[in-house]
Order: sequence, then structure tokens, then C-alpha cells
Amino acid sequence: MTIAESTRSDAIQRRLRSGIEIVTGTLRRNPLTLLGAVIVCFLGVLAVVGPVVSPYDPAAQNLANRLRPPSLAHPLGTDRFGRDLLTRIVYGARFSLGIGLAVTAIRVVVGTAIGLMSGYAGGWVDEALMRLVDIQLAFPGLVLALVVAGILGPSLRNLLIALAVVGWSTYARVVRGSVLSIKERRYVDAARLIGTPRRRLFRRHLLPNVISPVIVIATLNLGTVVLATAGLSFIGLGAQPPTPEWGTMLAGGRQHMRQAWWIVNAPGAAIMLTVLGFNLLGDGLRDMLDPRQQTRIEVV
Amino acid sequence: MISRAYLLYRTATSVVVLCGVSLLTFGLTFLTPGDPARTILRQQYGQTPSPEVVDAFREEHGLDEPVVVQYADWLTGVLQGDLGSSYGSGRPVTELLVESLPPTLELAAAAMSVALVVAVPAGVLSAVRQGEWVDGLSQLGSLIGVSMPNFWLGYLLIIVFSLQLSLFPVAGDGGLSHLVLPAVALGTGMTAIITRLIRMSLLEVLDEPYVEMARSKGLSERIVVYKHALRNALIPVVTIVGLQFGYVLSGAVVVEIVFQRPGIGVLLVDAVFARDYPVVQGAVLLVAVLFVITNALVDLTYQYLDPRIQLGGSQS
Repeated sequence: MTIAESTRSDAIQRRLRSGIEIVTGTLRRNPLTLLGAVIVCFLGVLAVVGPVVSPYDPAAQNLANRLRPPSLAHPLGTDRFGRDLLTRIVYGARFSLGIGLAVTAIRVVVGTAIGLMSGYAGGWVDEALMRLVDIQLAFPGLVLALVVAGILGPSLRNLLIALAVVGWSTYARVVRGSVLSIKERRYVDAARLIGTPRRRLFRRHLLPNVISPVIVIATLNLGTVVLATAGLSFIGLGAQPPTPEWGTMLAGGRQHMRQAWWIVNAPGAAIMLTVLGFNLLGDGLRDMLDPRQQTRIEVV
Repeated sequence: MISRAYLLYRTATSVVVLCGVSLLTFGLTFLTPGDPARTILRQQYGQTPSPEVVDAFREEHGLDEPVVVQYADWLTGVLQGDLGSSYGSGRPVTELLVESLPPTLELAAAAMSVALVVAVPAGVLSAVRQGEWVDGLSQLGSLIGVSMPNFWLGYLLIIVFSLQLSLFPVAGDGGLSHLVLPAVALGTGMTAIITRLIRMSLLEVLDEPYVEMARSKGLSERIVVYKHALRNALIPVVTIVGLQFGYVLSGAVVVEIVFQRPGIGVLLVDAVFARDYPVVQGAVLLVAVLFVITNALVDLTYQYLDPRIQLGGSQS
């Protein structure tokens, strides 16, 4: 092993160790973050494993068994077609987490790319892209997503497109801000002077410095997307019955609120738990990664 | 004082944004898969329309013109206060909007009031008693409040207060009794956000030297908190309350559907499902314009409240 290699691996180990220390330290100081991580992991496992171990079929109707209150056989009761609610909730976790992850991933990639470009290029490119961001921020996100999803036609796929299209501007703004402050640093100048290719400059020098706030916003954003997906499906613009999507299930329980309170409350609680998990985790990550709280106002 | 240059810059960017907003709003129609006229007619009649009917519809609504001409016509109309008329009922869109706006604003104002009435004392108490059980309780409450979907909260309130206790009507529009549950459902998320913000902001201010000074003068803690600290702590709250306006409008759409309350939300959703594009465009435009104006006003108020803040031209 050459000296350069050994110092490099030392440095990596040191960084790793300090990273682990930050994580365990924060978890000890703030147990709520741990709770958030546990909730998110639990839901993830549920989404992957749940459908395999569940004894019921989420779509199988059993009219003899309709509107049964929670019992041992059906821990969360049954709906108006006699379908087991717990099974449907478990299947629903796939939709909520899947859409949440997909939408957030698209938003992160698009927003970060535009933010990097805008901050690095400056001038008219920056001005034009930022006005584009302003225009998007001029609409309450959910209203715009609602209209886009509605015009494209109600379906889960179109809902995903609509939510992905409207939410990237927050990332673009935050990333642009970070790039503006970083690109004047000496080491970036130095890298440019020795002729570092632009692609490498972005990847090695700019991106690592803007990634922390992006991770924080993305985590909090996951909760928002889950909420928006459920809300729009509830209105009827997302998943269509009989898809076991939480918002759709909640809307279907409306007529039976009087005699079967569990039908609206089971999916409602599932949505809340998911959002709570992402929020707790996001708050914790913010304390960890962004002590100066740059992301505070952006997400609210 | 607010500088004239900044005022000018803010107005100019607002105008640019509004132009973009109008373009985007108009362009939404073109997201329709296939031919809009045919899609709309199929929706209205429930069957594939004959070519003559489609042509007549296109001509009647100017859909046979080039896109640029359509946009110019629409924009000219908008600037003159004419948003076209509904494909469904044939009534002028402006009339529908004027009818639907007051109930939505009423709901939004009620929700904001609920939020402020609960959040200000809760946030102050939380900050003053930092680390005690009151603080823990209020923080837990806020966490649950932000994570709660407002449509589920709406149903919970209906189940408990309307169906079980029969205190409030289930749904519909009417006097104050019809406003209570929707306002709580819509205001809870905001309450949670504002409580957290006031707590954080007050804790920051309580650390500042001038507060120390007030304390060492021997002023009672009550006067220090309410007279000296809270005033400054509320400044960021003004911004957030303003920015929350968009959140309130989005939330109102869903809450109006839960409680079957007439308003912009119900108007917009019905129009989206019916592909009644003039109404969709009108409602979206109205919401965006309200939003842009509020944000500009918030910026200006912010600077007025805290003269230390200098809002530069290119800051964003």
C-alpha cells in the first residue's frame, strides 16, 4: 500500500467514524428521531413482506362478512364488500411508499440539476430558471397537481406525473443558494484552474456540498408526497377503486361512517403514521446535517 | 422605510410571474390527451360525438383558431374581467368565481383564527417552560398536528361531534355552526406549524442581550416575555402565516369536499372532473393571483416590521 493510499483510507475511516458518532449522538439526544426511523423501517418492511404473509386477498369480496368490527380474525375489521382492512392497509403501504419515493426521486434529480445549473452559470440562465421557479411557486402545489392530474385523466400514473412536475422548485432554490456561496471558494477556483473537467467539478466539488439540505428536504418531502397522494386519491383523482390505496379507501368509507367507524379511521391512521415517521426522521436529519437550519423555512 | 427601488423590483417580478402564470394556466388545457373538443363532448354526452357537433363546438368556443390567437383572445378577456363562460351551465366564469370565493375566504379566515388563537399561547408557553411537560405535550401535539391528513381529521370530527354528540351539523353550508368543524379540520395543521415556529423564534429571542438587559433591570418575567421578546419573535410568524395562505387554499379544497361546503375547492374539482376548462382556468388563475399578491404583501410587511432587514434586488 502506498502512503497516499493509506492516508486516504485513514481519512475515509476517520470520516466514517465521525459520521457514526454524529448519528448515535443525535439519536441519544433525540429519541424521537429513532422513533421516526423505526416507523419508516417498519412501514418499509410491511410494504415488502406484508403482502406475502397476509392470509387474505385484498380484492376478494365476501359479502356475508361485510362491515364487521375489528376482531381476532380481522384485526381492523372489514369494509363494505367484506374485504379484510388490515390486508388492504398493508398492500396500500406499497402504493404510498412507492409513489412517495418515485415522486421525491424525480423532484430531487430535476431540482438539483436545475439548481446547480442556475447557480453555476449565473447571468441570464440563472434569471430565466429562477423566474420559472417563481412561476411554479406562484401556485399552491396541491392545486396545480390537482388540475394537472385531473386534465391528464384520473389514474395513479398521472397522479405521479402531476406530483413530480410541480414540486422540484424548492430543491432548485436551495441548491442554487448553496452553489452561489460555494463556487467562489478557493478550492473550486483551484480545481477550475488546473483544468478539471466540468462534469468532475460538479460531481466532486459542488454536489457533495449541496447534498445535506437536499437529503433533509427530501425526507420531509416524502411525508408531504404521501399526504398529497392520499389527498388527491381521496378526491378521486388518483388510484381508482378497488385499488387498496389509503386515500381511496378512506373516501369509500364515507357512507358507512355511522355504523362502521373503522373503515375511515384505519387508512387515516396509516397515512398519519407514515407522515409522522418521515417528519420525525426529517427533523432529526436536519439537526444532524444542517445545524444552521438553512432548510427551516423552505419546507414549511 | 421600504425603498422605492425595491418596491419597483417587486412589482416588476410579480408582473413577470403573473404573465407566466397566465401562460401556464392557459396551457393546462393542452395537457388533455387527444383532442380537447372531442374529449369534452364525450364527457358531456357520454358517447362519441358526431364530427358536426365537434366542429360546431370548436367554432363556438374558438378552439379552431391557432393557439396564439386563442391565448391572445383569452388574455384580452381576462384583462377586461371576462373569463369566458362555463361549458356546462353556460354561466359566466366570473359570476361563478364571485359566488364561490366568499365561503372559501370565510373558511380560510376561520381556520387562520383557530390556528392563531391556539398557537400563540401554546408556542409561548412551550418556550417559557422549555423542557417541562407542557413543552413536551405541545411539541407532541404539533408533531401529530402536522402529520394529520385534514380529510381524516374532518371525518374524525364528524364522527365524534356530529354523529356521536350531535353538537354540530354533519355537512353543508350555513351559519357559524357549519363553520366550526371545517375550520378546526383546516386550522390544525397550521396551528401545529405556527406553534413550533413561535417556540423556536421566542427561544432565539430570549437569548438576545436586550432581553438579558430587560431582565437585569428587574422587570418581571411576564413583562420581559410579552413586552420585549414576543414582539420580535412574532416577525417570522408574519411571513409564515402569509406563506401559509397557499397551504390554506390547497387544504380548503379537500376540506370543502369532506364537509360538502360550497366554495372554490368544490367548484374547481367539479370543473376538473367535467373538463369544464374555462372554469378550471378561471379558478386556477384566481388562486394563483391571490397567492402572488399575498406573497408580495408579506415581503413588504416583513420589511416594515423589522427595519433591520434589507431586501436586496436579486435575493431569492
